[in-house]
Amino acid sequence: MIRRQRHILDFTISSLLRQKGKNGGLLLVYGVIVFVVASILLFTHALRREAELLLRDAPEIVVQRTLAGRHHPVPIAWMERVGEINGVTSLRPRLWGYHYDPLIRANFTLLVPAENQPPAGSVDIGAGVSKIRGAHPGDIMVFPGHDGVARSFAVREVLSGDSQLLTGDLVLLSENDYRDFSGLPSGQATDLAVTVRNPKELGTIAEKITRIYPDSRPIQRSEILRTYDAAFSWRSGLLLVIFSAAALAFAIFAWDKATGLSADQRREIGILKAIGWETSDVMLMKCWEGSVISLTAFLAGVILAYLHVFLGSASLFAPVLKGWSTLYPAFRLTPYLDFGEIVVLFLLTVVPYTVATIVPSWRAAVTDPDQVMR
Amino acid sequence: MRVRRSTLFLGMLGGLLLLCAGLLLHASSTVRNSQRRLSANASLVRRLALTDLCLFTEASYTRHLATSDLSSAFQETPMSLEHFPSGALVQPPVRTSGTSP
Repeated sequence: MIRRQRHILDFTISSLLRQKGKNGGLLLVYGVIVFVVASILLFTHALRREAELLLRDAPEIVVQRTLAGRHHPVPIAWMERVGEINGVTSLRPRLWGYHYDPLIRANFTLLVPAENQPPAGSVDIGAGVSKIRGAHPGDIMVFPGHDGVARSFAVREVLSGDSQLLTGDLVLLSENDYRDFSGLPSGQATDLAVTVRNPKELGTIAEKITRIYPDSRPIQRSEILRTYDAAFSWRSGLLLVIFSAAALAFAIFAWDKATGLSADQRREIGILKAIGWETSDVMLMKCWEGSVISLTAFLAGVILAYLHVFLGSASLFAPVLKGWSTLYPAFRLTPYLDFGEIVVLFLLTVVPYTVATIVPSWRAAVTDPDQVMR
Repeated sequence: MRVRRSTLFLGMLGGLLLLCAGLLLHASSTVRNSQRRLSANASLVRRLALTDLCLFTEASYTRHLATSDLSSAFQETPMSLEHFPSGALVQPPVRTSGTSP
């Protein structure tokens, strides 16, 4: 039995090698499609998992204020009534905002930490800011404030490069420095971070906040997590476009195989039948042919996708992700794998291709050899 | 002696499968080793009360996806539709409560 399979496999490979150019091209296109789709699946799954693991420590509720449909600073006086809501254990004002640096055309996020604030006149910066501005501990950074007057800050510390996915563009500074720099009045904060005793009450508390302050916008942690889940799911924006393009390319490719055999292939089947091969032998050979191409392309595509995403920092996706931003965090994703997605990719690529190879061959194999060869 | 083609193919297939197994081992050991980095980053999220990943820094509303305005497409100028490339990658934030527009 094994000897028969080996002989048929030998014959199949020889048959494939007789058309090296065509089958090599086929293998390459197939492998590239698997590589692109697998890279997207691995990248987005790892990013979603990373976001899920990190942001489950995000504030339970962030209370923003909207004015004419736009984000507006929150009066700190709101804390009193929000703090009286049953179930709220603590709340604190968050002070943060943006600063566009026209010199390097980059956006920084300025943030005031609740504890361990840098002393007045100094800042802690993210590794991305440090790299793009060439700033290191002890250096002086100058930013023009809201009134056009430049403020200088000494760099106290550069945040760990391992946290770039969170802190790449951060500039941490003291509350007084932030208010002086941004012009935010002392009775206001960017938003409020609320901590709740029982996570099941989050929805109720958010509703109560909205009832007390109709112009508030409470954002729950589950919504933050869902945003990232939705942003990098396979249904989202550009990923869907890439998926559609890959699926379409694969469909054309499989359709071309399924709609018929070339005259050479039909003649080959006819000759095999004429010299005594059974229909089952021809089918087995075609099954091997499909498997040789699809298994090789699938395995090579998935392996290269893994190397690209997790060892090559997804460098082919970088131009897409960077967009027009000049400050982009350098990060290496942790390889969280979703075997379900890999199995689906296998079923969507290997199986249809193999079936598409077998069906037209079966039609030729059941026909009279004399008629097939004519 | 000439090696059979099926032997070469099966050898290559075995090699690719071994490589896959090696990558699985690499993934599991990297996940194990990244626990310390992950918990350090999680404590940073708690300490700084962060809500977003620093992925797209080109526009304020793509930098903070979870807390941005829903009217972000018109943020730059009143008649401006989305024009930052990352806007093509992400969807609007998911909202179930509040008085979002």
